Amino acid sequence: MTTTPLARTSANGKSRRRNSDQPGQLWRATPLTWIGLVIAVFLSFFPFYWMIVIASRTNDAANAWPPPFLPGGNLGENIQRVLTNEDANIFKGLLNSILVSGTITVATVFFGALAGFAFAKLRFRGKNALLLVILASMMVPIQLGVLPLYLLMAELGWLNRMPAVTVPFLISGFGIFMMRQYAEQSVPNELIEAARVDGCSTWRIFWHVVAPALRPAAAVLGLLTFMEQWNQFFWPFVVLADPANPTVQISLRTLNSAYFSDTSQIFAGTLIATLPLFLVFVLFGRQIIGGIMEGAVKS
Amino acid sequence: MSLEVETAAPTQRETQVGSERRRGQETPRRSLARLDIKLSPYLYILPFFIIFAIFGVYPILYTVWLSLTDRSPLNPETSFVGLDNFIELVTEDPQFWNAVYNTFGMFVVATVPQLLLALLLANALNRKIRGQTFFRMAIAMPIITSTAVVALIFSIIYGRDFGLINWLLDQFGIDPIDWRASKPASWFAISTMVDWRWTGYNALIYLAAMQAIPKDLYEAAALDGASRMRQFWSITIPQLRPTIIFTVIISTIGGLQLFTEPLLFTSGSGGLLGGSEGQFQTITMFLVEVMTNRMRWGYAGAVSLVLFVLIALFSILNFLLVRRISSDK
Repeated sequence: MTTTPLARTSANGKSRRRNSDQPGQLWRATPLTWIGLVIAVFLSFFPFYWMIVIASRTNDAANAWPPPFLPGGNLGENIQRVLTNEDANIFKGLLNSILVSGTITVATVFFGALAGFAFAKLRFRGKNALLLVILASMMVPIQLGVLPLYLLMAELGWLNRMPAVTVPFLISGFGIFMMRQYAEQSVPNELIEAARVDGCSTWRIFWHVVAPALRPAAAVLGLLTFMEQWNQFFWPFVVLADPANPTVQISLRTLNSAYFSDTSQIFAGTLIATLPLFLVFVLFGRQIIGGIMEGAVKS
Repeated sequence: MSLEVETAAPTQRETQVGSERRRGQETPRRSLARLDIKLSPYLYILPFFIIFAIFGVYPILYTVWLSLTDRSPLNPETSFVGLDNFIELVTEDPQFWNAVYNTFGMFVVATVPQLLLALLLANALNRKIRGQTFFRMAIAMPIITSTAVVALIFSIIYGRDFGLINWLLDQFGIDPIDWRASKPASWFAISTMVDWRWTGYNALIYLAAMQAIPKDLYEAAALDGASRMRQFWSITIPQLRPTIIFTVIISTIGGLQLFTEPLLFTSGSGGLLGGSEGQFQTITMFLVEVMTNRMRWGYAGAVSLVLFVLIALFSILNFLLVRRISSDK
């Protein structure tokens, strides 16, 4: 049927034989296909490579003509310089980002699974209307309420503090929606009814029957949420104006707004800010891509 | 599996139910179970609605009220001004219209080639090629970088004096370009940042949709003598219609909120202004500028609302447009 192993096993022998006949030529890669793909891969990788090149050069070498094309030997020194930069506080930014993204990820997965289970498998009044509210909440950009939200944070005493970038994002409509979809497909109603008949409480049904079945979707949701939160910029920029207590993205912004632009130091910073997600991608890239291909990612 | 459970437990359950019935009244345990079934669903979805009410609905309603006032930290008293903010914004503020123009301009310059490239890329990946996983990972990798990181890397690549792009142009005998100086140049530079991060992602979405198209359609078309190109336009594109609409809407919502890339395109201070003459100031940058520099909160509320209305209208417009285009093929 298609080129993926999964789909091929599902295709029956007849259609496979037909594919290898004349019409099957459609699916053969032409030289043009390969050229296109190689260019795409090159363009995809190049900025990462360039990040390493500049981050491993002295600032003078980074601002030279022609620009450097190969990595140099100053990576350690640049990283040390950026970590000890007193304005950017990137080390603190890293810790904050790990804390904030981690907390939001755990909460989003947990509450997403809980509410997703309720919407998929429990009966209650107003279910559809409430689901519609959740759907609508996903379409509201944060810009719409940004100023009152800022004032609210000031009231709560959360300006320049991590709760401001954590608490409003603990539960996402997207997470609930994704878990609901998955729960509907993967948890048979009979299983829940059987547990009910056995006298299980709703909570025990969730914890012992539903939650284990939701694990694959929970993993994907967790990965996507962590990536999204790690890269968050607009709201932290507004509410964490004091560079003394930043997330890592705000540290980068501080580096960039310095009067003297130290390119190699900025690039060492971008390298540090990207490394955690790079590791996540190396370990779980397949799941992430699976998640994207299921159309399971928002903007 | 359910059968197993039902046959395993009945004796015990029957006796239990029987004894409860004999007592005639509901035991506390049973009413508790009923309460559990009734209340649990609401309890499980409650956290979302609490958070959404406080940090979603309340700020939005507050924005509406704010936009009708002249509230500012500089004003000791706040008074109701009706629609004055909106009237001023629309009729007397060229900076706002400049920001609208920039935002929509960059949206078009970024999104049209991005989605076309993503379609071509998906079409290439939909063929029989070795290393599918590698190629998919490779084109998806840019999404792990934050918009801030993308902006910083490309800012250096688009440097006026030592930038890589200008060096490349120089190799072909083209004069260096000051990428921040004009609208066309800065829009192009910023659009490539957006496209680098999102093209592969959209390609994967298209690829997933392409794999769901029945192969029979292509085989029949091939037998009728339709060329590959013809098949792509007459089968693939119409079949992908819902997916294309989805990506266009997502790109619209994201594109009209463009902020980080143009902000960090300026190094040093003054990033919010988007260039010396606002060449690449977007609506969101303008909004933050009104909030923090001009300190006009009521006016900022009006900007927020207008931005939201623009996003909503433009999403609907794009939806209608794309539906029309892809069905005409």
